[in-house]
Amino acid sequence: MSDPELEWAGPEGRVLPVVTAPASVLGAVGEEVDPTDPEVVRLAADLVSTMRVSPGCVGLAAPQVGVGAQVFCVDVTGHPKAATTHGTFVLCNPKIIEASRWRPGREGCMSVPDLTGDVKRAGRIVVEAVLPGTGEPVTVATDAFEARALQHEIDHCAGKLFLDRVAGAHAIYQRKVYL
Amino acid sequence: MHELAITVIGPDRTGIVADVAEALAAVGANLTDSTMTRLRGHFAMTLICTGPTAAQAEQALEPITAAGLIATVRKVEPEADDRPTGEPYLVSVHGADRLGIVAAVTRVVAGAGGNITDLTTRLTGPLYVMVAEVDLPAGAADELAEHLAVAAAELGVDVTVRRAESEIL
Ligand SMILES: [Zn+2]
Repeated sequence: MSDPELEWAGPEGRVLPVVTAPASVLGAVGEEVDPTDPEVVRLAADLVSTMRVSPGCVGLAAPQVGVGAQVFCVDVTGHPKAATTHGTFVLCNPKIIEASRWRPGREGCMSVPDLTGDVKRAGRIVVEAVLPGTGEPVTVATDAFEARALQHEIDHCAGKLFLDRVAGAHAIYQRKVYL
Repeated sequence: MHELAITVIGPDRTGIVADVAEALAAVGANLTDSTMTRLRGHFAMTLICTGPTAAQAEQALEPITAAGLIATVRKVEPEADDRPTGEPYLVSVHGADRLGIVAAVTRVVAGAGGNITDLTTRLTGPLYVMVAEVDLPAGAADELAEHLAVAAAELGVDVTVRRAESEIL
């Protein structure tokens, strides 16, 4: 189910190359942005376009296209592990204000293409953020896979990778199949 | 009771674990703790067993070494069951591959009185990743995190220290 106010309806963006670890931008805390800045809207559009052309990609954060900013997009529509879904959306300056029902799960990242890891994430979260363009504040409550995707992307905005949260020394895996 | 430490390393193929376990079972070896993984495609197994003498175990493993694997057998003194008594933490390190990352990070951990209980490192392309499970003396975590941040800055890598959780169900 898509939230009409949340759903991305911005312009078509450019497809940007995705930065991979150990690029330093991935380890830096992203800057808060002015969501009404045309540059930020353009960045949001670029993130969505880059996500859409990347097979299996359910989310992309600004540091992954080389920009140290707190902006990311998500779209888990149709994913088998998703429950609540909000379609394609872009958030700026996100903050997790509630997190509960922690569960382990395997996740990968376009910026760490050769590894996956077991990471515990909240199965229910509430996120406060602002929308690119209007700067309108939004509160997103979600669960299951969309919640996991949001937490993964919000980590990117804080300069963290899933590698910083894996559950143990045997919780990282060489990726066998490229999705 | 003889306690033996055995390692088997070599090119991976199907059936090595079965071959090793069968050979040792044939001389009455009881596998207690063991671990096996693949390291850059090499088969690598380490185990502790009881039962046979070192000479018996070596002889039993001869067909395996003849097939191209390296096996070592050493008699070890049984350890007291020294379960970790500290607080469990996880240390993640990732960054550009360079000489001495593990040495520098683990030296800092040792300096904080931390005992590494499990460790994995992976090199994939230019990315070096290390995840260590560490038992830390009570109250040592904050200082360790500070010292690791300094070491990480010198190495140009990212380090995260966090409490390891374990729920008992
Ligand atoms: Zn990612």
